[in-house]
Amino acid sequence: MAEKSPQELIQIDFTPPPRNWMNPAVDFEARRGTWSYPTGVKSLEYLGMPNPREWSPTDADWKLPENWQQIIHDGFKDLLKKYRTLEVFMDICVRCGACADKCHFFIGSGDPKNMPVLRAELLRSVYRQDFTTAGKILGSLAGGRELTEEVLKEWYYYFFQCTECRRCSVFCPYGIDTAEITMMARELMNLVGLNINWILEPVANCKRTGNHLGIQPHTYKDNVEFLVDELEEVTGIKLDPPINRKGAEILFVIPSADYFADPGTYTFVGYLMLFEHIGLDYTLSSYASDGGNFGLFNSAENLKKLNWKIYHEAKRLGVKWILGGECGHMWRVMHQYMDTMNGPADFLEVPVSPITGTVFENTISTKMVHICEFTSDLIHNNKLKLDKSRNDNLRVTFHDSCNPARAMGFLEEPRYVIENVCNHFYEMPENTIRENTFCCAGGAGLGNDENMEMRMRGGLPRGNAVRWVRDHNDVNRLACICAIDRATLPALCDYWAPGVDVSGIHEMVGNALIMEGENERTTDLRGEPLVPEKEEQDDV
Amino acid sequence: MGALISLVAVAGLALLAAVGASTGDGLRFVLGVIIPGVAFAVFVGGIIFRVVHWAKSPVPFRIPTTTGQEKSLPWIHNSELEAPSGLVGVIGRMALEVLVFRSLFRNTRVEILPEKEKVNYIADKALWAAAMAFHWAMLIIVLRHFRFFLQPVPAWVEMLEKVDGFFQVGLPVYYGTTFLMVLGLAYLLARRFFDAKLRYISLPTDYFALYLLLGIALTGIVMRHIEKIDVVHVKAAIVGWASFQAIVPIGVGLWYFVHVTLVSALLIYFPFSKLVHAPGVFLSPTRNLANNNRVRRHINPWNPDIIGHTYAEWEDEFRDKLKASGYPLEKE
Repeated sequence: MAEKSPQELIQIDFTPPPRNWMNPAVDFEARRGTWSYPTGVKSLEYLGMPNPREWSPTDADWKLPENWQQIIHDGFKDLLKKYRTLEVFMDICVRCGACADKCHFFIGSGDPKNMPVLRAELLRSVYRQDFTTAGKILGSLAGGRELTEEVLKEWYYYFFQCTECRRCSVFCPYGIDTAEITMMARELMNLVGLNINWILEPVANCKRTGNHLGIQPHTYKDNVEFLVDELEEVTGIKLDPPINRKGAEILFVIPSADYFADPGTYTFVGYLMLFEHIGLDYTLSSYASDGGNFGLFNSAENLKKLNWKIYHEAKRLGVKWILGGECGHMWRVMHQYMDTMNGPADFLEVPVSPITGTVFENTISTKMVHICEFTSDLIHNNKLKLDKSRNDNLRVTFHDSCNPARAMGFLEEPRYVIENVCNHFYEMPENTIRENTFCCAGGAGLGNDENMEMRMRGGLPRGNAVRWVRDHNDVNRLACICAIDRATLPALCDYWAPGVDVSGIHEMVGNALIMEGENERTTDLRGEPLVPEKEEQDDV
Repeated sequence: MGALISLVAVAGLALLAAVGASTGDGLRFVLGVIIPGVAFAVFVGGIIFRVVHWAKSPVPFRIPTTTGQEKSLPWIHNSELEAPSGLVGVIGRMALEVLVFRSLFRNTRVEILPEKEKVNYIADKALWAAAMAFHWAMLIIVLRHFRFFLQPVPAWVEMLEKVDGFFQVGLPVYYGTTFLMVLGLAYLLARRFFDAKLRYISLPTDYFALYLLLGIALTGIVMRHIEKIDVVHVKAAIVGWASFQAIVPIGVGLWYFVHVTLVSALLIYFPFSKLVHAPGVFLSPTRNLANNNRVRRHINPWNPDIIGHTYAEWEDEFRDKLKASGYPLEKE
């Protein structure tokens, strides 16, 4: 946990330092709690990535390859040839500053290099120096800066202090997307062995076992059975979810956290109950056991490799189409990258709901449907027996996850589901939801414990908005459709808005579903009593 | 510091022009004919080079930033201008962005009240208003200048002048855009001076562009309202220039040469500076692409030919465990 109290942390000094930003100096020792540990040797070696070695950002010597400047220069040149985004975004920023206070890390830290404009300038200054005529001639007068080891260290610090949430790109008059710039900077740092363990160990795990947590197939099965047994205790119904079953109609892909840890596990059983309720012909896969993809955060190559297994498994199992669970960055990958990277999915069929007959026209190319789209359609066609009052102990607000909101426009589907399974739903203030949503501050690989102070700082805008609905509407449940949210928001709520729990939406669907042959429910899926305690009732 | 260097640079340019023009016909010819000609060529060539260069680099992924509801189920109302599902929506979205600075209009300012433990977001349209005032005023002023390039003066130019000089104040009439442009620029400059955040991020080049534009506007005002220079001579000079007749401008005064030199500097500077945001915004992939990723496959021209860890490799590695757990296997 962050060592500072919320009252201390919120005293934020927005006065920029007197020192010109072009002179870099990051004291990693003094700034513990705001950066992430570097990747371990084993993971880099397993992935065949450059410069595996033992090192720490607090070391004076980062053990870079001898010609590291040349490596980065060549890498930069290569990326400029491959990405129009990078070229255009390097050239057109006017430093109007509209993005500045849109970043949760800037709001929570006051560190001017967390303004998206300046984060990008860290890279842009080197671009000018190396790749523009004006920069080559005029140097710093034209905003150019030589890539020194100090500058590189600053890259490591600040490009692993961006969660690629894209909030700044909503406000930028040219749509400059810092997520894209951060990804590029991280690609460059990969070339000389600067990356963080919280990203690449999961990537290595995922390559080997199919999921980021490194859960092997026998454990996968055990976990699923354990969760199904727990569900039986609460509801009296016994489920037997199919795994790796050939010939199923639908392959269901989820983030691995959903079958690993609370509170994602409740969402997991919520999915399974839904499928049982409607008699869906589906299968899970312990090979394609993670739709999440940490490759997105720093390497297009890893991204493609990890994502490749989804279509591969769909083909092997002979399913007709793919359904995806609640996960933010997974859905950015499935929506914006999968078809381009690993398509065309011409061996699959256009997704049709077997229950309602609805053709999912918006997925005719990728053949992958979001579970909230699927469930919305079921509810809209009255195919679910729901008892909303079973969620009456919950007063719910909804956190739009960055990627579904700003990379898909996925705003109404989750709200429609919530409103149909809960009686008490309250929105957070409008500048903090939908396309303006604030990040959990733990995405893009930053949700690790060593980075906790920065997570709590970056979590201030989200936490403060949750606190607001907690105080005004007695909200006690923060719903979200993202596994990283479910992993990071509990700590954030404990810190900024104690008393608010976090859950996925399909946990609440599971609570409300009237299952055939179930026992009378006295508790929700978490085993919490459905009827609020006596004294709380008196309050109302 | 950056602000000062740039001020010296722009003032130096102006001074050079004035001194040069006062030496006689030789330099007047250079300043009034040669330099503007070169500048115009550099401007056009530079912009074409830029845009072609950008356009040549691939767009590997379709990554629009969505700012509204996607098109999904037919009964969910989608926002075509914020998350366009096709070309029409994209054109609409780009039009809003380019014509009325849609994204800048969203601008908010954060305010933290530590004692109340409250974070507020306050609508802040000042930057948007100043940007709109400056850009639109400049466009209209540039269009009004066609009076000097075309003979006879087209009706639409006269119309613009009439509307722009609607209030009929002063002689010659003061144009509304004159004030809007200067006020807009003054605000954009002032925030770089007085907003600590802005001062911190501003580079010398940020000031340079503003000084240059202000210099151009102010010299124009001096010519029209203070010097009241003879428009007939100006027109003769510019029409001559535009029709490639190499004649030395006469009867136009020193301010004319300063004005034209600053404009030339701007034209030359434009393609090689942040001012290329003007054509650049059209090529921004987060804005100019439709959010139809799951409907139409986007092709990456350099999509690398790599595959992931195959099922067969996975089954081989975990065969014993898979068997023990009773999984169906491809190979026994």
